[in-house]
Amino acid sequence: MQLIRCPWCGSREEVEFHYGGQAHVSYPENPAELSDAEWARYVFFRANPRGPLAERWVHAAGCRRWFNAVRDTSTHELLAVYRIGEPQPEVAR
Amino acid sequence: MTRVAAGGRIDRNTELAFTFDGKAYRGYAGDTLASALLANGVHQVATSICYGRPRGIMAAGVEDANALVQIETPFPEPMLTATTVELYDGLVARGLQGQGRLADLPDQARYDAMHEHCDVLVVGAGPSGLMSALTAARAGARVVLLDDQPELGGSLLASRNQLAEWVSAVTSELNSLATVRVLRRTTAFGYYDDGFVLALEKRTDHLGAAAPPAAARQRIWRIRARQVILATGAHERPVVFADNDRPGIMLAGAGRAYLNRYGVLGGNRVVVFTTNDSAYTAALDLADAGAAVTVVDARTEIPQHPAAECARRGVALKAGHVVTGTSGNGRVTGAHIAPYADGKAGARQGIGCDLLLVSGGWNPTVHLFSQARGKLRYDESLGAFVPGSSVKAVRVAGSAAGVFTLSGCLSGAADAAVAALQELGLSSAPPALPSLDAEPETTPGLVLWAVPDKGDESGPCRRFVDFQRDSTVADILRATGAGLTSVEHVKRYTTIGTAHDQGKTSGMIASGIMAEALSTDKHQVEVASLGTTTFRPPYASVAFAALAGRDRGEIFDPVRVTEIHPWHLEHGAVFENVGQWKRPRYYPQRSAAGSIEDIDTAVLRECRTTRESVGMMDGSTLGKINVQGSDAGEFLDRLYTNLMSTLKPGFIRYGAMCGMDGMIIDDGTVARVSDTEFVLTTTTGNAAMILDWMEEFAQTEWPELRVNLTSVTEQWVTIALVGPRSRDVLASVAAELDLSNEAFGFMTWRDASVAGIEARICRISFSGELAYELNVNAWDGLALWEALIEAGKPYGITPYGTETMHVLRAEKGYPIIGQDTDGTVTPQDLGMGWVVSKKKLDFIGKRSFSRAENQRPDRKQLVGLLPVDRTVLLDEGAQVLATADLSQLPVPMLGHVTSSYRSAALDGTFALALVRAGRERIGQRLHAWQDGELVSVTVTDPVLYDKEGARRDG
Repeated sequence: MQLIRCPWCGSREEVEFHYGGQAHVSYPENPAELSDAEWARYVFFRANPRGPLAERWVHAAGCRRWFNAVRDTSTHELLAVYRIGEPQPEVAR
Repeated sequence: MTRVAAGGRIDRNTELAFTFDGKAYRGYAGDTLASALLANGVHQVATSICYGRPRGIMAAGVEDANALVQIETPFPEPMLTATTVELYDGLVARGLQGQGRLADLPDQARYDAMHEHCDVLVVGAGPSGLMSALTAARAGARVVLLDDQPELGGSLLASRNQLAEWVSAVTSELNSLATVRVLRRTTAFGYYDDGFVLALEKRTDHLGAAAPPAAARQRIWRIRARQVILATGAHERPVVFADNDRPGIMLAGAGRAYLNRYGVLGGNRVVVFTTNDSAYTAALDLADAGAAVTVVDARTEIPQHPAAECARRGVALKAGHVVTGTSGNGRVTGAHIAPYADGKAGARQGIGCDLLLVSGGWNPTVHLFSQARGKLRYDESLGAFVPGSSVKAVRVAGSAAGVFTLSGCLSGAADAAVAALQELGLSSAPPALPSLDAEPETTPGLVLWAVPDKGDESGPCRRFVDFQRDSTVADILRATGAGLTSVEHVKRYTTIGTAHDQGKTSGMIASGIMAEALSTDKHQVEVASLGTTTFRPPYASVAFAALAGRDRGEIFDPVRVTEIHPWHLEHGAVFENVGQWKRPRYYPQRSAAGSIEDIDTAVLRECRTTRESVGMMDGSTLGKINVQGSDAGEFLDRLYTNLMSTLKPGFIRYGAMCGMDGMIIDDGTVARVSDTEFVLTTTTGNAAMILDWMEEFAQTEWPELRVNLTSVTEQWVTIALVGPRSRDVLASVAAELDLSNEAFGFMTWRDASVAGIEARICRISFSGELAYELNVNAWDGLALWEALIEAGKPYGITPYGTETMHVLRAEKGYPIIGQDTDGTVTPQDLGMGWVVSKKKLDFIGKRSFSRAENQRPDRKQLVGLLPVDRTVLLDEGAQVLATADLSQLPVPMLGHVTSSYRSAALDGTFALALVRAGRERIGQRLHAWQDGELVSVTVTDPVLYDKEGARRDG
């Protein structure tokens, strides 16, 4: 079982966390102005790279706070964790 | 008897009686079932699963692929290997043909889980593991050392007391240290992430009926280690030849272990067939114990040291020979040997024997390393895969790393521990290595997977690769002949490696034979390029009972009950599970004669009483979320499809939430408590999901909004008081509250004292009737319930359950999110366009409503269905068809029935359904398909009862 470092609580077991999909996909400023295709892209499309991906996680069975993490999707290694509102850190792959 | 006169690690003063296949035998403490059987001359233990061939004991440990037994007492347990069952007094077992039998009585034993954290976990307590553990322990690290055997020493236990004093000194030292935990009879069966290892400790299995009932029989250790050292040793692999499966044929190392550890000489006339040096120790030990030994070595050059030792003992040596087959009826009686050159066997000759030991080399036990995502490298000279990459915080020591000299194992293990300690920031001085006799120089073995035969596989001779699966060389050739080139495919085609032993002795050989089979004159296929099949946990069999631990029966999953639950129980409620909640489904009445109402009668009675007079329901399981903050209204505006910020304190509004895709995900009521506080309700099963959903937006999308969310589901007990006489009932216990429609209107709430209990009363209705929803502190819930039951008696009040609630709401066409919807349904599809605000610029889901797909006129819409025969109850889930003509396939399907009930108010059955362009079809005759028959139905508006809402205000 993986250890995930909550930026508020420290390292905890992965069962305490829930996954929230790709991070930094913000809600569009004005959805009404988007075409169907643009809106569909926001609602349904997410990156699926092999390698580092910034993701949202929530410490559901702990402090219940959301945070962001950069995870290598091929190894599951969490390369960085950072709080909501903080910029995505550069990570060496 | 084949027990030698003296020696071994058994306790000859403690005799144990046991029964195998109905016969009584005796053994000693320290025996395994396998060694005790061999000591009694029992070689045939089982029968093979496909061909019914007699099978014996091939190994002395967990890798045995043959000797499966069923334990009968003290508690039936299927499919254990005789080589891993410690003998106890009163053991009753029998051999198996492949499959065992689970006990048909409940297991009374206790199983537990243990959590352990350590600096260094050492898996395996052979010479390498002991050396690693000692090094780490002396540096002050917190160490866990585990081993599957009852005593430490690993491979040394099979030797003639080699390093016995050192093992015993190290054992005592480790036992004496408070920072060290030594777990015997414990198998690490899985490596997960970040140093997390699961291990199974068998604590009382070896005691049989004498096991203290209070002690946990087995424990799962959940170990989190900062550094892991895998000293898991190696498994010997056989060489495949014709009829290699007879009882009396075993691995050379096993033959030596039975002699030196258990004092059992497996035979008097012994043939040792080897391709490498290691089997000579077995040959020499057995010769010294008095056996007549012949060594058949496939190599033409025999190393000088073992050759000389053989000569000194009169052990015959056949260099450049192989065993091509065996004779015997049951146990082996002879080996066929033939000269071997250029990959071909020559003319055969027979040698009588009663024990045939085989060694084709050693496979490092790399299971855990591989599970830790370590890469493996094929070692040509070993003919085996060895660790080939580094893994963070994991090290491999000893023969598991492909080191096969004792001195190399010891020094390598110390080095591994020092490196681990360094990463922990602990300085260390490796202990002095024990002094060893000079080890003879080793010479490379010959990698030989299978002895070629004449190619006639159709006859009775079979060359077995996986004994347990009865899979042969011919099966592999059939697989490669069918075009399979991946080891994973061949594994599944032949089933090699899929039995209880997971191919510990057969997997490597299968890869080797495959490589040879796939190679042509022009193209050589390397074993290295084929790789191995995936090493998945568990390394060895683990009972589900152990994995479950104490989480079974009543505590398998938490059960949530409301404060009123004791009353429901006392009054004979029949319960249903809603998520983890137990909710009363209905309250069957018992007649004077003692007969109990069935569900249909009870529900019709509850519905009728509620619609005609008054009923009440425990609605405490509804999810309740308290929303506070100066931006609470704005926040709810963004999540609900309708406006909430305009709601005034004291008022309540129905609301729906959609996902980003515009599909409805939940609905409920929102009550405004003050300018900065709301309480909203969710569907029972959705409470946690909706809180998470709201929390995610509050924290990630709109952190600038000042809003806080708290679940208050369990703080409030909620009682729905429903029906035309509900006002009268409430009035009798809430004297000071003006219940007139003018003073206390629909969709408002008031705080008032009800039967002396402070309550928040909401005028909301999920039935269409005049209704009050009373919310009180949870601890007052039962008292209020009982007060209302008492107050309702003059009106014949009935408690009702979820079934009646469903009927009443369905008669009114109120959908249940998750029953009448499935994540593909918009509010508009439900006919609830009125709940979607036209004023708000945006809210979650709004933009999706205008997507072309969501504008299609033929979307599935919620409608009512009335069966033409109003006694027929439609099946929920039944398909709705446009035509009764079933000849044209596929029959066009319009949708399905989502809710279906018998109704007292409607005097017959009715249903709700999602039907393509359903609203346009109102009045049409359609058909539902159920039980192989068509049922004619009429499409109606979903609101079938009191469409004008006349009953709402009583």
